[in-house]
Amino acid sequence: MFNYRESVAWNDIPLVSMDALCSFAVERCRRNWRLLALFGVPSPSGTEVVCLLADASARLLDAVRALPGRAYDSMTPQCPQAHLFERELFETWGIRPEGHPWLKPVRFRPAEGGKRNARPGPGQADYYRVEGAEVHEVAVGPVHAGVIEPGHFRFQCYGENVMHLEIELGFQHRDAEHLVLTSPARLVLPIMENMAGDTAIGHATAYCTVVERLSGVKVTDRAHILRRLALELERLANHTRDLGAIGGDTGFLPTSAWNGRITGDFLNITSELCGSRFGRNLLCPGGVKWDLDAELCRSLAKRLRAAYRDARGSVDVMLESSSVLARLTGTGRVSFEDARALGLVGMAARSCGVAVDARMDWPLCDLDNGTLHKRMRTTGDVLARTLLRSDELNDSAASAEADLMQLGFSSGEEACRVSVPEAMPASRLAVAQVEGWRGEVCHVGITGKDGSWLAYKVIDPSFHNWFALAMALRGEQISDFPLCNKSFNLSYCGHDL
Amino acid sequence: MFDIIRERLHQGYRTLNYPFVSPSISPRFAGLPSLEPTSCKGCEGRACLAACPTNALRITAEGPELDMGRCLFCRACEKACPEGKITFTHEHRLAAYTREALIVRGKAPEDIEQPGIRQARGTQKRDLSLFARSLKLREVSAGGCMACEADVNVLGTLIYDLGRFGIEYAASPRHADGILVTGPVTENMRAALLDTWQAVPEPKIVIAVGACAISGGTFKGSREGCGGVESVLPEGSVDVYVPGCPPNPWTILDGILSVAWKKHAAK
Ligand code: SF4
Ligand code: SF4
Repeated sequence: MFNYRESVAWNDIPLVSMDALCSFAVERCRRNWRLLALFGVPSPSGTEVVCLLADASARLLDAVRALPGRAYDSMTPQCPQAHLFERELFETWGIRPEGHPWLKPVRFRPAEGGKRNARPGPGQADYYRVEGAEVHEVAVGPVHAGVIEPGHFRFQCYGENVMHLEIELGFQHRDAEHLVLTSPARLVLPIMENMAGDTAIGHATAYCTVVERLSGVKVTDRAHILRRLALELERLANHTRDLGAIGGDTGFLPTSAWNGRITGDFLNITSELCGSRFGRNLLCPGGVKWDLDAELCRSLAKRLRAAYRDARGSVDVMLESSSVLARLTGTGRVSFEDARALGLVGMAARSCGVAVDARMDWPLCDLDNGTLHKRMRTTGDVLARTLLRSDELNDSAASAEADLMQLGFSSGEEACRVSVPEAMPASRLAVAQVEGWRGEVCHVGITGKDGSWLAYKVIDPSFHNWFALAMALRGEQISDFPLCNKSFNLSYCGHDL
Repeated sequence: MFDIIRERLHQGYRTLNYPFVSPSISPRFAGLPSLEPTSCKGCEGRACLAACPTNALRITAEGPELDMGRCLFCRACEKACPEGKITFTHEHRLAAYTREALIVRGKAPEDIEQPGIRQARGTQKRDLSLFARSLKLREVSAGGCMACEADVNVLGTLIYDLGRFGIEYAASPRHADGILVTGPVTENMRAALLDTWQAVPEPKIVIAVGACAISGGTFKGSREGCGGVESVLPEGSVDVYVPGCPPNPWTILDGILSVAWKKHAAK
């Protein structure tokens, strides 16, 4: 076990049999640990599997590794949160989890070391099928009617009722994790920022944190505050946009129109920090690249207050409309049990009553969390996800304003960037968990003998949460799909990498 | 109901009379590069080349030249150049009609930031005037990170109000005059992009938005395709290139207007 803020030597991670690794993970998950990551790492004696587990109550992480060979007994039947990780292991490294209930590719990519061209693409596979005289199938995507990313949805319907939804992704797969290993150092940060472009700050913070934890670098409080400010601005922009989209899908157009504009106001505040509306090029290992002076802090605080006032007003009129509330209530429910079993993260989990929030569970620094609270809802429906966002708007706006004040008062006292040694220490592993606006962005970096990356694993919250959308649709009307989908608003590229 | 009306009054009228009024963009925004001619003699290590994440720069006898089609506008080269010869203006209108015209050489003109419609760089590959009054575009996200898509989408909102120029995003390629592509085009999207493009009736146009779509951007070295639109669609099919990672929405709007601009009077 190790402290989440420290790195561990690769050789100190116990090497056990694959069966032992699985039962270890299953046992821990039964005792309320979470399966943080399960992935393959190349080694001279074949692909090693690393399993990372997290216990939020004690803020401890644990790691084990194993050499599974070509196959092992799947842990998914006992530990459903492993389902996608095991599919990924199978697809990427050819390690077969025997007895996995639904062993399909995740991204429809060739295995490491395999031929690169031969493949069935996504959408050309078998689907879970319900047979029967009046059962029909509906297929949607990959190219959708709106301006969104590609993905394929296959519904098994009985009349209007959805019995099962299968979500097939992989269209966005850019092989980004592998690119991290092969790209020159100067390109790695931009790749991280582009893992999921609407979570650029989340992913950049996670990457920088991994590098800092490996190198043992402590960044200044000022840098932490600037990062937090950017992270909360990202949350504000995305929550505002999603609330507008939920308004749009319930036919409440005023909020849909206004929120589109207010989202831009938040993005434009981020753009004042670094020139990019999505916070590209703000962070760097060691801190942040741009500082704010007292005057800019003041004017940004003013703009933030105005944008927040507009967002609040716009969302409030929607939430006071009984027809909107009626449409949202009880739609697309995910149960607490399912959310726990599937290992959902972030907002989607919190709206089902699962208390996970990396900002409180795995704080990045010792600064007080101020106005940021773990917001919870218990009904797990679209309404819960809507109200949760609405609550977080308040918290994040107050936090961002307080951070701007703080930065203004203390400007010039402390640098916002410290230097980071060029080479990272050899053969170590470090983890970062950052609460992006969708949920926990988890990065795991492992260095090789020469201090360069041996493996780099990115787990976007969407990786866990897409399955929640499928669960939400069970037993619902197919016409509820757009609304349910917006209420999660998951990332395709974050999942596909 | 009264609450909605009160809120409507508070929210006000927000559409900007673009292009006749300059949009306000953050002072830290990096726009059109300006490259002062230099011999680069004092810079043995080629500092800007070593700093650039996407190899967007080249050193010629007249000094550096910068390929906006690859550039992330990250300013690393600006910081690295010991002579301070590489700078970024605040000009957001960056679109070009040809790939070659995205390569910036020399200093940016002094009067560059004047408001108004500005001729895009380079010359049109074919006559686009047919689309000037009404343009329906089918958007294809082909491996994009959702930032470009968001900035394309946002043009539909109040501030930009794309509809007033006669431009709309169509739900089906069969209803469209052309496609607007974002993302580096992954292997798994190759077929869907080709199909969508083929489904658009002739005459049709293609607009490539973002470093990804133009050159592969940060994903250029990927094993999963990712060479940009022109690695999949036939040569000469891209009519407008809009650089940036992601481009500012005003940059994208200017890019689309370089096709769909009919003379409007200033309001
Ligand atoms: S601003 Fe463009 S050219 Fe300069 S270093 Fe960044 S990507 Fe390269
Ligand atoms: S060009 Fe940049 S912002 Fe646009 S899709 Fe590619 S990575 Fe994302």
